[in-house]
This record gives sequence, structure tokens and C-alpha cells, in this order.
Amino acid sequence: MNAIFKRPDSLTNAPTHFCPGCTHGIAHRLIAEAMDELGITDRTIGIPGVGCCVFLYRYFPIDALEAPHGRAPACATGVKRAQPDKVIFAYQGDGDMAAIGTSEIIHAANRGENITVFFVNNAVYGMTGGQMAPTTLLGQHTTTSPFGRDFKSEGYPIRMAELLATLEGVAYSTRVALHSPKHVTQAKKAIVKAFEMQIKEMGFSVVEMLSTCNTNWRVSPLEALKTIESEMIPYFPLGVFRERTGKDFL
Amino acid sequence: MTEKKLTKGNIALAEGSIQAGCLLYFGYPITPQSDIPEYLAQNLPKIGGTFVQAESEIASINMVMGASASGRRTMTSSSGPGISLMQEGLSYLAGSELPAVIVNIMRCGPGLGGIAPTQGDYNQAVHGGGHGDYRNIVLAPGSVQEMFDLTIKAFELADKYRNPTMIIADAMIGQFQEPCRLTPEKPVELAEKPWALTGRKGRDPRLVKSLYLGDYEQEEHNLLLKKKYDEIQDNEVMVEMKNLDDAELIIVAFGTPSRVAKTAIGLAREEGLKVGLIRPITLFPFPVNEIYEHSARVKNVLVVEMNTGQMVRDVRIAAHKDAAIHFYGRPGGGFPFPDDVLNEIKTALGGGPR
Repeated sequence: MNAIFKRPDSLTNAPTHFCPGCTHGIAHRLIAEAMDELGITDRTIGIPGVGCCVFLYRYFPIDALEAPHGRAPACATGVKRAQPDKVIFAYQGDGDMAAIGTSEIIHAANRGENITVFFVNNAVYGMTGGQMAPTTLLGQHTTTSPFGRDFKSEGYPIRMAELLATLEGVAYSTRVALHSPKHVTQAKKAIVKAFEMQIKEMGFSVVEMLSTCNTNWRVSPLEALKTIESEMIPYFPLGVFRERTGKDFL
Repeated sequence: MTEKKLTKGNIALAEGSIQAGCLLYFGYPITPQSDIPEYLAQNLPKIGGTFVQAESEIASINMVMGASASGRRTMTSSSGPGISLMQEGLSYLAGSELPAVIVNIMRCGPGLGGIAPTQGDYNQAVHGGGHGDYRNIVLAPGSVQEMFDLTIKAFELADKYRNPTMIIADAMIGQFQEPCRLTPEKPVELAEKPWALTGRKGRDPRLVKSLYLGDYEQEEHNLLLKKKYDEIQDNEVMVEMKNLDDAELIIVAFGTPSRVAKTAIGLAREEGLKVGLIRPITLFPFPVNEIYEHSARVKNVLVVEMNTGQMVRDVRIAAHKDAAIHFYGRPGGGFPFPDDVLNEIKTALGGGPR
């Protein structure tokens, strides 16, 4: 009998630690499928940031290095410079990439490090219990913005995909969402493309994925999916913000 | 014997790193160590190596972490304020058991301080600085030749113990010139790295991490680290000992103050005062046994440092309980001179203040 749907080889069968309804698992699966399709699992090294994504090594049967909070792009730089023939990806959340690690992500991107960064944006600090993130939406209630995020005191949510797209070193910067089958399919294409950019040595690639955190948003999994559509996408528009078509940077 | 060449301390160290097989350097400029990245920016590309000027010291040390996890010899260098920024990364390197060489050409602080030589970062290097329960191996060169030789040794020790190794030298050792042999005395030791992350091809996946959440996992890990540190203490002490046979007073000093002490000891002996020297070359592991043994006999120990008294605490712990421990320190922006040290010797031998 032909299997028409199965777990990707690049995904382990470890029980997930993510909350029911969280879309990290979808992101993991898509990355695993992409590794399978591109045949790169044997030469891929994954570098998780700190937060919900830290257990990356449980789910991907690949070599992995745990980075300090926010520093995954710097660690990835070190790995890639030491081993240019390997495929290197960092996997970061919004607190990790858009707050403590802004310096590392901006400069890795600007150097055009030939690495791929997967950025899971769920507008909140997940693992530490739902505090305000740089991507927390205006008016959004978190444990440290209990009256709703107010731009006058907390500033505005940061649009990382657009910000990084302004940098010359970036080959590919896109934002996708993980809340519907259609969007998941688009996300998969973006992930494959981001890896391809690296394999073709085009420079830095980043895929921002709008993701749920129903636990800390205090809503049901289904409502969380709707929140991506109704609240997040209007502020964080989907699309490709930069895409190199040839080695035009040379 | 290879010919000696007039060389600056920082350059001897940078060349030493190349000859140790370090092909990846990540760093950020800061006085008085910028000769090191400048030399490597010039010379690493010529031999297929990689020089990256990072955006900060925080990024530098994490790039080092990535290159080290790849199984390659790698180094960064900085001075006080930059080393402070690296402490997070140093703690992660130690927790993840990753080898790397970190160089601190010390300038005087706290804060921005100044660029004059000191030894104000002794405590930070030897007793932590980063979070958690860990030790760095710490080497303290006392000459330009040792800047070269101990850099090679630093890479060997880092690999042997899978542990970060720091070289701490004051700005004087980094900046002055001496004749130096720029070839290794013996073949450089290389280590197998069966833990390195190189892609899983042909084997099971590997993981380098410092997070231990399971019951007792962290305790087990820390006890394993402790065992390693004990092994380092037992096996790797390096110390220079001079004029101890007939000494009535021992000076304990490292780096530049040890050189000043040597001159002072010469002056003292001209006056018939029997003074010897213990110069720790490794600050961790500390020469505890050597200090205990000699202080038991001599009774007078004078610690000379370029700070307000950091190593003196370790000397007190190591020394025999009956030994009188005297201290002379200049905390940066000024120097201990041989005459000053001679006066301290006389005061100490005269039963003066401790």
C-alpha cells in the first residue's frame, strides 16, 4: 500500500511539549518536510533560541546547538563560518529575536550571513508566562501590559520582516501565517525557498511565521487561529519583502 | 634554536594563535588589545582562515561558541569592559563544555576606566564573572615569549578539558616589545573532537547544550564539571619559583608585577635580604601546594599586584596559617616600582603592618 501522508523523516516521534493549539508544531513539521524534500538533513545544524523553541533537538533528528537568549544568529554565524558547506538554521521566537537579540539578528542579516532564520511571532513571551513582547499588538493584554499595550509608554509592535528587508545582506525576507491550510501551504513554500537561498549561497534568509499562543492569549485554540486573521495580519501583513533573484549582490 | 625577533606582546599572542591552529577569530576593537584583531585581520585570510569583526563583544563570544561547537580552534580577545560583556557567553561555553581561548589584555577600571595596565580583572577571570558554578582555566603570561607559548598551551588545555581558557595579561605585557622565538618549542597537540557538530551524516545526531531541567540532571552535570575542575587543579598548575632555597620572604606576583619583583629581589639581595619569588603562571589552577609548602617555612609572604588586593585572598587561603601575608598594590594608572617593592620587603621583614 502506498503511503500518501506520513511523518517526515526529519521529524522525530517525540511527544510534543508545546501546548495544545500552539502552531510551533506546524512550523516544526514544515521545516522537517522541507529538509526531507531538499535532502539536507544529514548536513543541517539547527540552533534554537531560548523560550518555547529551545527543545528543537527533541523534534529534529539533526545536530543542534543551544544558543544563549537572543544570540542564535551569532552562534549560527560561528557555525557557518567554520563549516560553509553545512546548512545552518536558527529558530527564534519574538522575545528572542526582536528584543534581546535585535543586535545579533540585524548584524547577521546585514553581513549577509548565508544562514536561514525561522522567526515564530506569536506576539507574546510564551515560555516565561505571557509577558509583553516587542511584537505584542497595541491594546493587547499581557502579564506585563495588564491594561493593554499603549504606544505612549510601550512603543509600537516591531515589524521584523520589513525591517530586515531593508538590509542589503538579506536575500529573502518574508512573512507567512500558520492559521489555515492555505496559509500553511504558503508557509511551506517560503521555508523551502529560504533553505534554497542558503544552498545557492545567496545570503541571509528569514521567514517570519505568525503563530498562536492560545495559552497566554487566554483564548481557545480555534479563537487563536481567528485572532491571527483578524488581529495579527492587519498589523503584520503577509508577503515577500525582499527576494534576490540572482547573485546581484556580487 | 630558532632566531628570536623583536616582537610586541599582543603580536606574539596573535601569531601564537595561528600556530596553534586557530583559523577562526571573532572580535571587537578595544584598546589596548586591538593589535590582536588587526594582526589576525591581516594574516588569517592569507592561510584560509576567517576573521570576523563582530558588532559587539556579546556577538563575538557567541560566534566563538558556534565555531567551537563546530570542532574548530577559535579565539576572541578584548579588554575589561568587553570581557564583562562576554561573561554570559563564557558561562554558556563552560556549561556546554566547549573549548575556546579568550584573551583579556587588562586595562584599568571599573567602568570605562583608562587604558593603563592593571590586574583588576583577576577576580572576574579566576572566580567567575558569569552566572552559575563554573571555572575558566586562566593563564597569566609574564613576558612576550610567554604570550606566544602560553597561547599555544591555552588551546591545548581548552581542548583537553573542553573548557574555556582565558589568557589574562596586563596592558604592559601586551604592548611592550621583547625578543621572542615565534615557533612552538614542541609540536602543537591536537585533540579529537567526537562531540563536534558537523551534520549527522553517518552517525547519530549530536547536541551541545547547557540546559538541564530533569530531576537532578543539573546537579549531576555540575558535579561532573566539579570533577573536571579538580582534575585541572591536580594536573595543570604552572608556576615559576626563584631564589626560594634560602628565602626569608617570598613575593607572590604574576604578570608585570612579577618582573618588578624580580628587580626588587635583586636589589634586596645586594643588601643581604634573602627574598624569593613564586610566580603563578596558571591562576586557575592556583599553585596552592607550592604556596603552602614555602610559606610554612618562610613565614613572610608579600603579594604584589596591580589592583587593590584580589589574588592576595587566594594566597591567604593557600598559605600556612602561621605565615604573615603582606600586600602591596597599585590599582591602575600607576605602577609598582622596584624601590617601592624593596621598601615593602624591608617593612615586612621588620615585622611591619600586614
